Amino acid sequence: MKPFDYQRAHSLADASGRMGDAASIIAGGTNLLDLMKIQVMTPSRVIDISRLSGMDRIEPHGDGLRIGALVTNTTLATDARIRAGWPVLSRAILAGASAQIRNKATTGGNLLQRTRCPYFYDTAMACNKRAPGTGCSAQGGSGRMLALFGTSDDCLAAHPSDMAVGLAVLGAEVEIRASSGDTRTLPVTQLYTLPGNRPDIETGLEKGDIITAVILPAPRIGTRQTYRKVRDRASYAFALVSVAAVLKMDGDTIAEAALAFGGVAPRPWTDAAVNGLLTGKRPEPATFERAAAHLVPDTAPHPETAFKRPLLRRTLIATLREASGLAGQVDTARNAPSGAPQ
Amino acid sequence: MGGPSGPPFSVSARRLGAGTAGVNAHAPGTDRGVPSPPLERAGQAVPVRLAAALVANDFTRPAALHRAARPRRAEEKFWNRQRVAWFGPDTVGPDTARPQLALDLSSLNARHEERFLMTKLTVNGQSHTLALDPRTTLLDALRDHLDLTGTKKGCDHGQCGACTVLVNGTRVNSCLCLAAMHDEDEITTIEGLGSPDSLNALQAAFVEKDGYQCGYCTPGQIMSATALFDELKAGHPSYVSPDLDHAEMTDAEIAERMSGNLCRCSAYPLIREAIAMAAEVKS
Repeated sequence: MKPFDYQRAHSLADASGRMGDAASIIAGGTNLLDLMKIQVMTPSRVIDISRLSGMDRIEPHGDGLRIGALVTNTTLATDARIRAGWPVLSRAILAGASAQIRNKATTGGNLLQRTRCPYFYDTAMACNKRAPGTGCSAQGGSGRMLALFGTSDDCLAAHPSDMAVGLAVLGAEVEIRASSGDTRTLPVTQLYTLPGNRPDIETGLEKGDIITAVILPAPRIGTRQTYRKVRDRASYAFALVSVAAVLKMDGDTIAEAALAFGGVAPRPWTDAAVNGLLTGKRPEPATFERAAAHLVPDTAPHPETAFKRPLLRRTLIATLREASGLAGQVDTARNAPSGAPQ
Repeated sequence: MGGPSGPPFSVSARRLGAGTAGVNAHAPGTDRGVPSPPLERAGQAVPVRLAAALVANDFTRPAALHRAARPRRAEEKFWNRQRVAWFGPDTVGPDTARPQLALDLSSLNARHEERFLMTKLTVNGQSHTLALDPRTTLLDALRDHLDLTGTKKGCDHGQCGACTVLVNGTRVNSCLCLAAMHDEDEITTIEGLGSPDSLNALQAAFVEKDGYQCGYCTPGQIMSATALFDELKAGHPSYVSPDLDHAEMTDAEIAERMSGNLCRCSAYPLIREAIAMAAEVKS
C-alpha cells in the first residue's frame, strides 16, 4: 500500500469536510483495502467513518425501513424484518461474497464497490476507468465477466453487487448527504451513471457527498420474491447473470411484476417494458419467452460475453417459473440455489 | 500483488532481535524510535546486512559494520526507489548521492513515526498497545508485531480465508482490516481456542477426521467454523437455506457457510465432516 494519513471522522460534517481529490472514505474496507494493496486506488488520506454513531441502525421509516449506511451486509440480510418483508434483499445479499466479508462490508460501501473487471485490477493494462484515456484492454481481451447492457466503446465493465440488484427490484432509494448538509434521495438505479466516454465517473455523487442510508419502501404484501444467481462456482463468486424477481399473483394471472438483473450492466439493470409484458398475463412459457426476447439484446458488446445472452434468457425464465409457482415444489438446498420464494 | 503492508522498518528491527512479542519495537522515547542494533549479528546475511543499513545509521558503528551496511549499487537503487514509494519524492535529496550512505533515515524515521497510530488490541484476552503504521493490517499486526503466527497469510486479498479471526465474536478476513480501525476491539485467534495439550472440540474433530493435508488453511477453517456455530445458533440463514427463518446444520449448509475458506489440498469433504462432528459433540 502507498502511505496514507488515517483520520477518524467525528461526524458526517467532519468527514465531508475532509474529503478531497486524494481522499477516500473507509467503512468496511473490504474492497478499498484490496484495491489499495494492488495500488489501483492510492488515496493519500483515508477517512474512517466506521465509528460514527447511529449509522449502523435499521429503523422504521414510514411503512418501510431506513437502513443506515454502516449496517453490515450480515446484519441487513439476517434482520427479522428484512427476512419477512423484503426477502429478496436477504437472498441477494446472502448470494454475495463470503460470511467473513459480509460481516465487514457495509450497505453504503457495497453500493460503491468497484468493478471486478480484470483489466481494472491489473495496473499494467490500459483501463479507462482506472486511468482515463488509456484505452480499454477488455476490447479484444478476455470478456467472461463483462456487461451486456449499458456499455460503451470505452468501457465494458459490469457492476458486481448482488445487494444492489435486490434493492433495485424493491425500488429502494439512496439517501445522500451533501457537503452543505442538505440531504437528497435517489432511486438506487439512478445512483449510477453509464460509462459513456467517462467510465472513471461511476455515480452522480459529488465531492463531499456521503451515502448515509438506503430507504426501503413499504413491503409488497402478497408478493413472491426470489433471487437467482448463476456463477462459475457454487458459492463465493461474482454473478455471470443474476435475476431478482418480485411477482404478485392474482389467481392465475400475474398482477404485478418487478425484475432486476445483475452481472450484466454497469449498474443493477431494470427494464420497465419487460415488467409490463408480464403484468396481467398468465404465467406460461409463451409469456416468459416474450419477456425474455424483449430483454435480451440481439448482440453482445464482446464476443466472449455472447454466452450471457442465452444464459440471461434461461435464467429469467427459470426465475419467473419459480416466482410464479410454475416450477412446483422447491426441493432442498443445493438443488434450489435461490431457495423458496416467500 | 500486495506490497509490504506493515511498517517497512519494524521487520528489519525485529530481524535484528530487537522486537519481542507484544513489545513495540518503535516505542516513543527510545533513541529515535530505533532499537540498538546488536552489532555482533550484523553482516551475517544479506537481509541482516540490509537491515543493518536501515536501522544502524544513526549509531556510532565500527568501520566493519559501516562497510557491511553499504549497499551495492543495485541495492542502493532499489532502496532509493522504495524510499520514494514509501515517503514521497521530496525525501530524496542530495544525501542520497553520498557514496557511503545510501540511506540517511534520521529524518525519514521521524516522518515515519509521525504517522504511527497507537492501537490497543485485546487478543485472546490479553491486551496489547502497539504503535503501528496506518497501513498495518490486523493480520500483519497479529503475525509480525505480536508473533501470533497461527493466523495465516494466504492471498492477502480476502479471497482465501486463511487469515480468518474473530473480531468481537464475528469472523472477518484479518487481511482486509486496518489494525487501527480495530482499536479497543477484542480479537480471537487460533491460539485462543485450545492448546496442543488441550484441543477444543473443533480442533480435535479436525485431527480426528483428518480435515487437512498441508494444514496451512486449517487455522482459518477452524476460526470460520467457530463463528459458523454461533451464526447457526443465532438463526442466520444462508444462500442455500430453503427457508429464511430456519437453518439447520446440513452438509450443504456447512459447504455454503464455509465457502470463504479455500483449501488448495481440497480436503473439503473431511473439513465438512469435522465440522459436523464438532457440532454433534457440542450439542
